[in-house]
Amino acid sequence: MRDAFVGVLTDLAPQHPEVIFLSGDLGFGVLNNFIARFPRQFLNVGVAEQNMSGLAAGLALEGHTVFTYSIGNFPTLRCLEQIRNDICYHNANVKIVCIGGGMSYGQVGMSHHATEDLAILRSLPGMLVLSPGDLWEAAEASRYLLTHRGPAYLRIDKSAAPQTFRDGEIFQPGIIRTVREGSDVTLAATGGILGEALLAADTLAGRGVYCRVLSVHTVKPLDTETLVAAASTTAGIISIEEHAVNGGLGGAIAEALMEAGVFPGFFVRMGLRNTFSSVVGTQRYLRKVYSLDAASITETVATKLGITLEVLS
Amino acid sequence: MIKEITNGTHSLAKRIRLHALRMTSLGGAAHVGAIFSCADILAVLYGGVLNVDPAAPESSDRDRFVLSKGHAGGGLYAALAERGFFPIEQLSTHYQDGSELSGHVSHQLPGVDVSTGALGHGLSIAAGMALAGRLRNAEHRIFCLMSDGECDEGSTWEAILFAAHHGLSNLVVIVDYNRIQGIAPISEVIELEPFADKWRAFGWAVLEVDGHDHEALECALSSIPFAVGKPSCLIAHTTKGKGVSFMEGTVLWHYRIPKGAEFDAALAELEGQG
Repeated sequence: MRDAFVGVLTDLAPQHPEVIFLSGDLGFGVLNNFIARFPRQFLNVGVAEQNMSGLAAGLALEGHTVFTYSIGNFPTLRCLEQIRNDICYHNANVKIVCIGGGMSYGQVGMSHHATEDLAILRSLPGMLVLSPGDLWEAAEASRYLLTHRGPAYLRIDKSAAPQTFRDGEIFQPGIIRTVREGSDVTLAATGGILGEALLAADTLAGRGVYCRVLSVHTVKPLDTETLVAAASTTAGIISIEEHAVNGGLGGAIAEALMEAGVFPGFFVRMGLRNTFSSVVGTQRYLRKVYSLDAASITETVATKLGITLEVLS
Repeated sequence: MIKEITNGTHSLAKRIRLHALRMTSLGGAAHVGAIFSCADILAVLYGGVLNVDPAAPESSDRDRFVLSKGHAGGGLYAALAERGFFPIEQLSTHYQDGSELSGHVSHQLPGVDVSTGALGHGLSIAAGMALAGRLRNAEHRIFCLMSDGECDEGSTWEAILFAAHHGLSNLVVIVDYNRIQGIAPISEVIELEPFADKWRAFGWAVLEVDGHDHEALECALSSIPFAVGKPSCLIAHTTKGKGVSFMEGTVLWHYRIPKGAEFDAALAELEGQG
C-alpha cells in the first residue's frame, strides 16, 4: 500500500506543484525516486513530528497541499495537539499519512502499532479519515487526496486484501464498497484486514453461509446508508478492524445505526479489547493471537448464527 | 523617520494597555500582566514595522504575524482595532457570550493570521509560512512573538533547529522576555540563561533590546535579517505588567483580574502617562 501511495504521488506531483511532501525522517529507499525527481516538493524535516505538523499548517495556510508522512503514531498521536489546533481548527490543507496502520509493524513492537488512531482522528472536526483495504483503494484514496481540500488522514496498512476492483469501478470517497455480495451476515472491515474478512466469507460460503463483505475505506464521513441497508437485510453486522474496539470502525458504526434508529439482529465489534498488542510476531501471527484472523471471524459468525462448523482453517 | 513612528507608537501602546485593562476587567479575563509586557512590542509592530493593510487583511504580500503567546490575544485585538482592522467598539465584546474575541487569539478576526493558545505551536507555523514565502521568492517577512515560558516546550526547540538549518532569513522571532511565567519566576521553574547564547548556538542571529524602548525595538526591527542567511531573534527584555506600578514584575498579575479599586488605580496610572 505504501508503494501504491508513493507511486501515485510520484506520478501526479508534476501536475500538482502546490504539493509539498514532508517526511519525519522516514521512507528510507522508498521515497528516493520522488526526492530525485521533485526536490523542491520534498523535505525531510527530521525526527520532529510536532514541528512537522505545525510547518504543514503554515505551508498550507500559504496555499500548499501538504503531506506529512511517518510511521503509525508519530505523525498522529505524537503531535495530536498540532493536528487539532493548527491543522484542523484552521481547516488547513494537510494530509496526514501514517504508514504501518494497525499491527503492520508486527515484531517491531507496540510503539509502532497504530491501534487508537482511527478513534482519535475521527473525533477531530473537519478531518477526513481514509483507511483503504486493498492496493486499488490505496492508490485511489491517494489520488483523491491531491484534489481534496482540508485536513485528511490516510492510514496505510502493510497488508492488503487481494484486489477487489471491478472493471469500470470508480472510487467514491465516503461510500462503502460492497466487495462481496451476501444476504446472511455483514462483515464490515477497514484496512488490510479486509483480506481476513474475505477469507472468512470464502470459508463460510463453503458451509452455505453467505456474507456480505463491506470495505469501509472511509471511516469518516461514514456511509450510514449502506450500513442501514446491511442492518436491515442481513442477520447482523460484525465490524472488523486492526484497532481498539473503542471508538474505531465498530464504534462509528454503532453510533451511526443507533442514531438512524436501526438495530441489526446482532452486532459484534472485532478488534483489540482494552489491550496493547504486546505479543511479538508478524502481523499475520498477531491477528491470530488477538482473534482477528479469518478463522476467528468465521467462528464469530458461526457462534452468532448458532451453527456448528467443522474444522476451521 | 524612527522618531516619527515612535511618537505614534507610544500613544498606541498606551491605548493597547487601556483597552486591555478594560477588556480583562469587563470580561473577567486573566493575562493582563502578559499583555502589558508586550504592549510596546505590539505597538511598534502595528505602528509601523509590519507591512499590513486593514483594507486588505489577506493581501499575499503582507507581513505575517503569529502571536505564539496567544494568551496576550487582548493586546493583539487592541492593536488591530486601533489600526482599523475591526471597530474599536468590538473590543468590549471580548470574553462575552457570543463574541468572536476569545481570550486566546482567534483567526476568526480580520488581521489575525493564526489562532494560538497552546504554547509552543506558533514558531512551527511561522516557519512553515517562512518556507512557503521563500519557495516563491516573496519579500514579505514572518514575525512570531513568543513568550519566554513557551521556551520550556520541546516543540519550540524543534522549530528553532529547523529554521536555522534552512536559513529562514525571512523569519523573525521576538521573545517577550519578562522572566515570569504562569505561576512562578523563570529562575525558579526552568532557567533559560544563557538565553541569547542558546539561540546563537542554535544558529540564529540574535539582538537584545529593552522591550519597552520603542526606538530600540524599531531600530532592531528595521534591519531584518540581523545576519545574512539566518533567522533573526530579538530578545526583548521586558517587565511583566509594565505600565502599572503594582503589577510590574509580579507573578500575581499573570492571572489576576483587575477589578474595583485595583482597576481604578491601574486606569488612573495608565491615563496619567504621556
